Amino acid sequence: MPMEQGEHIVRSYDEQLRRLRDMVARMGGLAERQVNDATVALTRRDATLAAEVIGRDAALDQLEREIEAFCIRILATRQPMASDLRFIVAAMKVAHNLERIGDYARNGAKRSIVIAQQPAIGSLNGFTRMARLVQENLKLAIDALVNDDAEAAERVWAADEPVDDVYNGIFREMLTFMMEDPRNITAATHLLFIAKNLERIGDHATNIAETVHYAVRGDSLPEDRPKADASAYAVVRPPE
Amino acid sequence: MSSTDAPTAPATSFGGMQARSSAAINQASRISVRNLDFFYGANKALKGVNLELPDRQVTGMIGPSGCGKSTLLRVLNRMYSLYPGQRAEGEVLMEGRNMIAPDVDLNELRSKVGMVFQKPTPFPMTIYENIAFGIRLHEKLSKSQMDDRIEWALSRAAIWGEVKDRLQSSAMGLSGGQQQRLCIARTIAVRPEVILFDEPTSALDPISTLKIEELIDELKRDFTICIVTHNMQQAARCADQVAFFYLGELVEVAPAAQLFTAPREKRTQEYITGRFG
Repeated sequence: MPMEQGEHIVRSYDEQLRRLRDMVARMGGLAERQVNDATVALTRRDATLAAEVIGRDAALDQLEREIEAFCIRILATRQPMASDLRFIVAAMKVAHNLERIGDYARNGAKRSIVIAQQPAIGSLNGFTRMARLVQENLKLAIDALVNDDAEAAERVWAADEPVDDVYNGIFREMLTFMMEDPRNITAATHLLFIAKNLERIGDHATNIAETVHYAVRGDSLPEDRPKADASAYAVVRPPE
Repeated sequence: MSSTDAPTAPATSFGGMQARSSAAINQASRISVRNLDFFYGANKALKGVNLELPDRQVTGMIGPSGCGKSTLLRVLNRMYSLYPGQRAEGEVLMEGRNMIAPDVDLNELRSKVGMVFQKPTPFPMTIYENIAFGIRLHEKLSKSQMDDRIEWALSRAAIWGEVKDRLQSSAMGLSGGQQQRLCIARTIAVRPEVILFDEPTSALDPISTLKIEELIDELKRDFTICIVTHNMQQAARCADQVAFFYLGELVEVAPAAQLFTAPREKRTQEYITGRFG
């Protein structure tokens, strides 16, 4: 069980930890928004919104640097122990995950500008669904961090499978479009990368959940997590 | 997913941060404390303590003032026997013998279980005599044997190089850190099995402190060590296993890496994170 904790004897230490928690929550919120806007920009073929997403990525990078510097300062000056130590290390790791998520969102936004100039292919419902699943997991993982909720983190950790299923579906769909008409190849290839980006974002959300679990409980989740991404075998199955 | 598909797969392992709980302290005990109660008159200062001191490992004892950690140290070499009204009940087993039984020869016990105190306590004698004094209580050595033993003890205490040219000078002229290492040399000169350190660096500057910590690390190859410290980072650095005491109870004992990253008990957690005092 997570231990309920009183205040530190040194009040400014509590204030620093609270501030760190706020910074990570703020960064999480910004990352969620980037993922959301990148997906909207794609589905609505909105190059202006895509450009905004690309521009906002610098703010995420800046927040990551601030969080890292602040964590190092706390480590150097407080010599944190136990749950405090775990939380500070977790904050650094989560900030790094969020920064990567931001990079994937920015990359998706760049590609959606190209896609908007190509003839539309098929429906992008799969992307909307995948993005929704990923965003939901990301939001729950960040909430779990903010609330020290190991159970919630565990649920996020176990909930990545549907994302993988949708990803597999998109992969097959895009292959089909490309086989049908080579003029689809440019858009379909970009879309494949975007789907892969979303899948990676889902993995980072899962990592955040693992980190939160460690921060709260002090032990790690098992190595194996439910996985259903079979796209590596979509064309050729490896020999048994 | 094949590994080539995931070159950017983010790391998820915490590697060394997670302590392997049992491996580090799975060794034979040098001292076993069983159901130990201790009384200062009517005041019960230790309550049913059970603790194993693994052979040639460092056990750190932490806890707020008055928690019983120094009391336990005083029991381990029967320091308390000097004071009327203080008594221990239970067992402190060493080689199968209960060291707190009344028939134990205290001189013999203290040659097996040495103690280093918070403040350096050199005798007002020469450096040579400070070491020779304790040896003569237990052994009859020839002059050359004595010289060898003194050089050995001073070398093991990492102070030989600093004093070898002034063995006949007064020990009182040494710096605080040197005096403390001299006291450690005096303790190991009688070749004990166990060395107890009672806040050995709280009166020393940071460099002298690190020298003592380095020395403890060196000494644990041959001696079983127990160190009481108020400095948690010191316990984290020096100790293999750490015992947390609170109000006379042993709350938790665990490998240092586990106790300081993921303690099991709430009271340990609150103490080491600075949440009560």
